[in-house]
Amino acid sequence: MAEKKIIDARGSFCPGPLMELIAGIKMVEIGDEIEVLSTDKGSAAEIPQWLKKVGHEHLGSHEEAGVWHVNLKRTK
Amino acid sequence: MKILVIGGGMGGTILVNNVARSLKDDVKSGKVQLTMLSASDKHMYQPGLLYVAVGKMTPDEMYRDQASLLEPGIQFHVDPVETFMLDQNQVKTKSGKVHSYDILVIATGSRMWPDSIPGLKENAEFFYTEETAVKLFHRLREFQGGKIVIAMGVPHKCPMAPLEIIFMLDDFFKERGIRDKVQLHYTYPIGRVHTLENVAKWAQPEMDKRGITYETLFNLKSVDGEKRMLHSEEGTEINYDMLISIPAHKGMEVIETNKLGQNGWIPTDRFNLNMEGRSNVYVLGDTTNIPISKAGSTAHFEAETVGANIVAMVKFGVPVRKYDGKVFCFIQAGSEKATYAMFNYNQPPDPKAPTRAIHWFKLAYNKLYWISARGLL
Ligand SMILES: Cc1cc2nc3c(=O)[nH]c(=O)nc-3n(C[C@H](O)[C@H](O)[C@H](O)COP(=O)(O)OP(=O)(O)OC[C@H]3O[C@@H](n4cnc5c(N)ncnc54)[C@H](O)[C@@H]3O)c2cc1C
Repeated sequence: MAEKKIIDARGSFCPGPLMELIAGIKMVEIGDEIEVLSTDKGSAAEIPQWLKKVGHEHLGSHEEAGVWHVNLKRTK
Repeated sequence: MKILVIGGGMGGTILVNNVARSLKDDVKSGKVQLTMLSASDKHMYQPGLLYVAVGKMTPDEMYRDQASLLEPGIQFHVDPVETFMLDQNQVKTKSGKVHSYDILVIATGSRMWPDSIPGLKENAEFFYTEETAVKLFHRLREFQGGKIVIAMGVPHKCPMAPLEIIFMLDDFFKERGIRDKVQLHYTYPIGRVHTLENVAKWAQPEMDKRGITYETLFNLKSVDGEKRMLHSEEGTEINYDMLISIPAHKGMEVIETNKLGQNGWIPTDRFNLNMEGRSNVYVLGDTTNIPISKAGSTAHFEAETVGANIVAMVKFGVPVRKYDGKVFCFIQAGSEKATYAMFNYNQPPDPKAPTRAIHWFKLAYNKLYWISARGLL
């Protein structure tokens, strides 16, 4: 398994963290992990919903000093 | 001091002109040498592609000679770079010439990547190049009715283009008098019709009003040309008669082959705009990996920052400015009104109510672009 990829989407209003993830997930192999950093509260809910719909694994999210860290694994 | 700019598009042109004006005397005396290498002798006004696709602009109207946009003193060569030798502070071009530099700026832009989705290239229409926009115009002219689906990949340049094309198609078929025979169906990758929430709030009712149907959370997975069916990552299907796509983008091939960044996106410091790990290499415009809009206005504001820093490097030996993530986008709201969104890394966009005045300014910008590229606006 490759090193965890960080998608630093802090301060991204357009395209925004979910769009950054949709682009970035294709750049890692199946089985690889990604951590999305976001300063947008909405994406903390939006990203897990999308992961569920598409079928990737949500490994957990937490907030630290105004930054949401969303961890996931590409499964397909 | 040798300053070398790669790419004569929006970002590169503004930057090189700003530096040439600020360092006019140094360029004249030969203390500073300013060189631009590009892949074309023409400069394309890319938003014009939207108008070409619906027959409102001819292809020729999109172009100016690149040399005519440049300040005196800039050495301009149409000779694309093929090899970056960053450890030696050199690049090698297609003609075999080697250029040395003290400061390098990379602004080679991005390109659509139709091969990113199985079946897309063979079965979709596009409009992000002159050739595809002209072809789309002919297809639209001949279209007699049926379902047109818009589907996009990410990342793509110009986040407003999906909305602009769907509303332009609505107007186009109304003008042709066959709007009642055409279903316009819009898809979008996330859970609303545009990534900017306030834009989505305006655009969705506008689509309802115009009878445009839409499906959100739709990410293309494959296209079945025989059955004329789209399959999404989310497990849904959509049938179509004509598919128009803004596919996912990549940076230029030369960036990939030289291993400067995965998919051609160069890892770039979001504030200083230098390539990560390289203090004398700056990156701007579409080819950065910064998580903001790939748009001309982004390239413009980044070019202002990098330009000011290059001038400061020459005069003080240190950079003076940081890029704050500023982006400005016009938003066409129907055929007669427009508004704009302005935001940066810290400030979310807060578009005001659309007005006619902004619509006229947006139209004027189609011409003012050329003044902007010269770095005068
Ligand atoms: C249909 C459409 C509509 C758009 N509408 C808008 C809009 O309304 N507002 C907005 O802000 N933006 C808009 N954009 C986006 C905007 O045009 C781009 O984001 C902008 O041009 C990016 O600037 P850039 O300098 O990074 O790259 P570009 O302007 O694309 O320039 C890249 C340059 O690099 C050169 N080059 C490529 N390879 C090499 C090489 N190997 N060596 C040397 N040179 C090379 C090319 O010849 C070109 O001159 C639109 C784009 C499209 C396609």
